[in-house]
Amino acid sequence: MTTSSRFLLAALALSGFAALAQPAVAAGGVEQPPRQKWSFSGPFGTFDRAQLQRGFKVYREVCASCHGLEKVSFRNLSQPGGPGFTDGQVKTLAAEYKVMDGPNEAGEMFERPARPSDRFPKPFPNPEAAKAANNGAVPPDFSVIAKARTYERGFPFYLFDVVTQYQEQGVDYITALLLGYEEPPKGVTVEAGLHWNRYFPGNKIAMGNPLVAVFDDAGKPHDAGFYTDGTPVTREQVARDLTAFLMWAAEPKMEERKQTGAKVMLWLILLAGLLYLTKKRIWSRLEGAH
Amino acid sequence: MAEHHSSYVPKTGFERWLDARLPIVRLVHDSAVSYPVPRNLNYFWTFGGILMFMLVSQIVTGIVLVMHYTPHVDYAFQSVEHIMRDVNYGWLMRYMHANGASMFFIAVYIHIFRGMYYGSYKAPREVLWILGVVIFLLMMATAFMGYVLPWGQMSFWGATVITNLFSAIPVVGETIVVWLWGGYSVDNPTLNRFFSLHYLLPFMIFGVVILHVWALHHVGQNNPSGVDVKNYQKDTVPFTPFATVKDLFAMVCFMIFFAWFVFYMPNFLGHADNYIPADPLKTPAHIVPEWYFLPYYGILRAIPDKLGGVVAMFASIAILAFLPWLDTSKVRSGKYRPWFKVAFWTFVVVSVLLGYTGSQPTDKVVLAIGGRTVMDMVGFAQILTAIYFGYFLIALPLLGLIEKPKALPASIADSVLGPAGSGHIVGAHAAPPKH
Repeated sequence: MTTSSRFLLAALALSGFAALAQPAVAAGGVEQPPRQKWSFSGPFGTFDRAQLQRGFKVYREVCASCHGLEKVSFRNLSQPGGPGFTDGQVKTLAAEYKVMDGPNEAGEMFERPARPSDRFPKPFPNPEAAKAANNGAVPPDFSVIAKARTYERGFPFYLFDVVTQYQEQGVDYITALLLGYEEPPKGVTVEAGLHWNRYFPGNKIAMGNPLVAVFDDAGKPHDAGFYTDGTPVTREQVARDLTAFLMWAAEPKMEERKQTGAKVMLWLILLAGLLYLTKKRIWSRLEGAH
Repeated sequence: MAEHHSSYVPKTGFERWLDARLPIVRLVHDSAVSYPVPRNLNYFWTFGGILMFMLVSQIVTGIVLVMHYTPHVDYAFQSVEHIMRDVNYGWLMRYMHANGASMFFIAVYIHIFRGMYYGSYKAPREVLWILGVVIFLLMMATAFMGYVLPWGQMSFWGATVITNLFSAIPVVGETIVVWLWGGYSVDNPTLNRFFSLHYLLPFMIFGVVILHVWALHHVGQNNPSGVDVKNYQKDTVPFTPFATVKDLFAMVCFMIFFAWFVFYMPNFLGHADNYIPADPLKTPAHIVPEWYFLPYYGILRAIPDKLGGVVAMFASIAILAFLPWLDTSKVRSGKYRPWFKVAFWTFVVVSVLLGYTGSQPTDKVVLAIGGRTVMDMVGFAQILTAIYFGYFLIALPLLGLIEKPKALPASIADSVLGPAGSGHIVGAHAAPPKH
């Protein structure tokens, strides 16, 4: 940065617009994730059922061994506004999992196949076991992670976001993170057990690139038939599908919320219009009222 | 209503019977129907009604949420997600309650700034104003404790930071903090007592609101001209239907704004970190309070000394209670005070900027010349804090003495119709004065 541009920055700051001058690269040198297009953004957004089903497949086969989904029940998968599995599919799916139940009449705990009403079993019995298996780091639960991650938009952009309804910072960040594994820049040493990621705050992340489970180093899928619905198996596609699924897991009532919102808004605006006319009529009784 | 004749006439035998025993219908009639309202009120005067709506909305949604919430460190976060996922319309209740807190503060800040601009704190409305400051303090305590209940990362660390402020009190500070926590750290007893108090305080707010409204109805409303009501026939209109329909219209407009957040941007005003369960071993990168506390947080951090910061922060709110005596001007409304206007709007901008400093890291550079940091966020906040207190302690006392106000209208009716207007009301009449 030159002296003159610093001076310009200072002048901006003085006039109360300090944050306007915030560069795209935030503190710590972490880049802002690129904006993605999502089917569920905006006031009428809905989830793409096929995308959620693909994302669930990615979660199950790539993430689930380390990351839990403990607040989601199997039955949620067939509820309206979700991936749209049938009740039968969910029953079969749940039965593939084992959950601990009991005590039985003999006073003993026992394992049984999961039912749709069960929540997803945790991948580790306790945080200590998770730590021991993962180099000292606990893999976070995925139930609300799409709402628990974000990036700083900075002034004045967060003010525009209120109007444009941009609230997909979390999913944009997660997609960017999944695609952000790179060789570290020259001269930067990454300690053992850590990995370089363009979008992770501080850049050094304990989790290795999860997409190596699906793709080789050249970006070609190990199994070209990974998706059975004909969707091309690319790194971007897999990252976006998983992220969309995580958004649904975090906010399973989003479609219901937005659709209720449209009705509420319409009703309120009509009521406001009628009240305004009533108000005008009543106040016109006063001399000198406009 | 002490000054006004009651215009209530019981119509049925039952009403006459009840009126002789408990004149409750008369009370409602006198305070919500015939109560005289200055005819020149603008839409900033509708925020009292909007605040009443918000208080009721918060209490109703809160009572429903309590039916499904578990105040325990192991279950609180989980039970909030249970509300979001398994309870019918639980998402609506929770998002209304969480965003409702923000809406409550937006409305109360407009209400306070309106009172400050039009001099609504001046005689005879000092007690009315001070009751308002008490409500504001109770609201802040309620909102703070409510934010702790979901037991996310910001809940936990916000509670830790704010309760630790009391350790700045000399000698007994540490003891007080342990007493507040109910232990030696923020833990389950802390969550339980915050939950208990979070349920209690709204009803205390309700009680003080009744006093606030009582005081208001006793002294009558201020108005944009700041001139007292002189002729009830010309200057006022009956509350119903005039103010009722106007308040309702404004309330529905505010509900549209509220609904925008609830249905479309429900997490915009919160922090992503609060969707991470509380972890006493992991401090978030930036511990930031909710937006409505940011100006006070900015003042707190502006003072390098911990005790000094705490004192400044509490003083910045307490000083509001002294406003009626700090403002020496005889003119109520800022409309007729050219220099006051400048001071007032400076104060508004400074309050917003203090909020900005509260949201930023303290070491962030605000002003650098030639690569040398001249001012960081703390330095910026110090200047703003000085202006904030300067408004109360220098500008308001001095301006009243040196400022030459513009000519005031002779009456409220004159301010609406011009000096020639008669202001005759065709519809119902407001209650005439007793004396």
